[in-house]
Amino acid sequence: MTIQANAPTSENTSKNTGDANTTEARYEILDTARRQVLEDGIGLTQEQLVEVLRLPDEALPAALQLAHEVRLKHCGEDVEVEGIISIKTGGCPEDCHFCSQSGLFDSPVRGVWLDIPELVNAAKETAATGATEFCIVAAVRGPDIKLMNQIKFAIDRINEAVDINIACSLGMLTQRQVDQLAEWGVHRYNHNLETARSYFPEVVTTHSYEERLETCNMVKAAGMELCCGALIGMGETLEQRAELAAQLAALEPHEVPLNFLNPRPGTPLENQGIMDGRDALRAIAAFRLAMPRTVLRYAGGRELTLGDLGTREGLLGGINAVIVGNYLTTLGRPATADLNLLVELNMPIKELQKTL
Amino acid sequence: MNAAALPKRTTAGSQAGGFCGHCGEPDDGGTGPASCIHRRCGELMALEPPRYCPSCRRRMKVQVTPLGWSAECSRHGVLVP
Repeated sequence: MTIQANAPTSENTSKNTGDANTTEARYEILDTARRQVLEDGIGLTQEQLVEVLRLPDEALPAALQLAHEVRLKHCGEDVEVEGIISIKTGGCPEDCHFCSQSGLFDSPVRGVWLDIPELVNAAKETAATGATEFCIVAAVRGPDIKLMNQIKFAIDRINEAVDINIACSLGMLTQRQVDQLAEWGVHRYNHNLETARSYFPEVVTTHSYEERLETCNMVKAAGMELCCGALIGMGETLEQRAELAAQLAALEPHEVPLNFLNPRPGTPLENQGIMDGRDALRAIAAFRLAMPRTVLRYAGGRELTLGDLGTREGLLGGINAVIVGNYLTTLGRPATADLNLLVELNMPIKELQKTL
Repeated sequence: MNAAALPKRTTAGSQAGGFCGHCGEPDDGGTGPASCIHRRCGELMALEPPRYCPSCRRRMKVQVTPLGWSAECSRHGVLVP
């Protein structure tokens, strides 16, 4: 990080001299980001993102404020609300080291299939919160014919019952499956990169980064919106966190869900500590400055990593979407807590606009 | 889950003297050395549903939905919030 001449040195920051606001600390990377990202709409490079992730704590409020301005200018003030649900839980053949649903680990999560009436009911409840998105998720390497048939049936029943956009997350797809989902009206497909290419082999060994990219590219080519997220706090370096943000930016997904590791019992990452909340906030700012126009969604783990105060800071620091209520196998904040916070922050919930 | 025939119970009143829903170990109800461990389990369960039946420690089939959850023990029925 380069600090401008009128700024305090690292030995002379607000930690020693008082509140950052009174010292008027200025950081060159934030000045650069203001010109490059806010004014010109060009995301920061990987090298620039490393600088953001290395900003000292006293620069964090300024970084979040800038990220918020970027979000308002390039995305608008609306916040997109989504509910997610697992249609097939557990028993996954893959070995994603963070995931309690892998059948390869000694996890307490048992295999469960959700029946369609319960799924439709969950879609109705989700829509009643004001959510515009409902994502159906299955713990699989990729869907087989049985699962594809169930998804088709589920989509039809949900569309009969409630007005909400349907998204899916069913693992790696074939071209035929991509085409089918698009034809059935799935307007967004989730397939995360999870971590940086350079760190991926430390986290997943049963499939490759390239296989993930292949599905992502097919989804985009078919005209569905791509939701492609990150899971940070898995032991990656700051440089790898920046690498991930840059790799996501290059993919140009419509949405990036940002997850923070919630170490799950029985998984290889169960003893990984919960990441520092300030590092999580720096990451939020950095991801927004890497991708000024994407939907940047609060996803799993934020309750543990950020708590209530951090949740608010992130919403004022570049986040413009939330998963409301619970996750796939863990619980979130009460939906009303997030919805009330959006009201308090004068952030309108995005209205439903069917895209396909 | 097809648990219509099984009784529904709530988490209230299902803990003392049984098994911890988080780790599956015996829950001493706050009287023994394991209590401090289960206090941590209790904190964690603010953000996750029980995985073990509090009556028999069988692993339960758990379904989480955006606004709720249910946990089914094949012997003791369905647990709800």
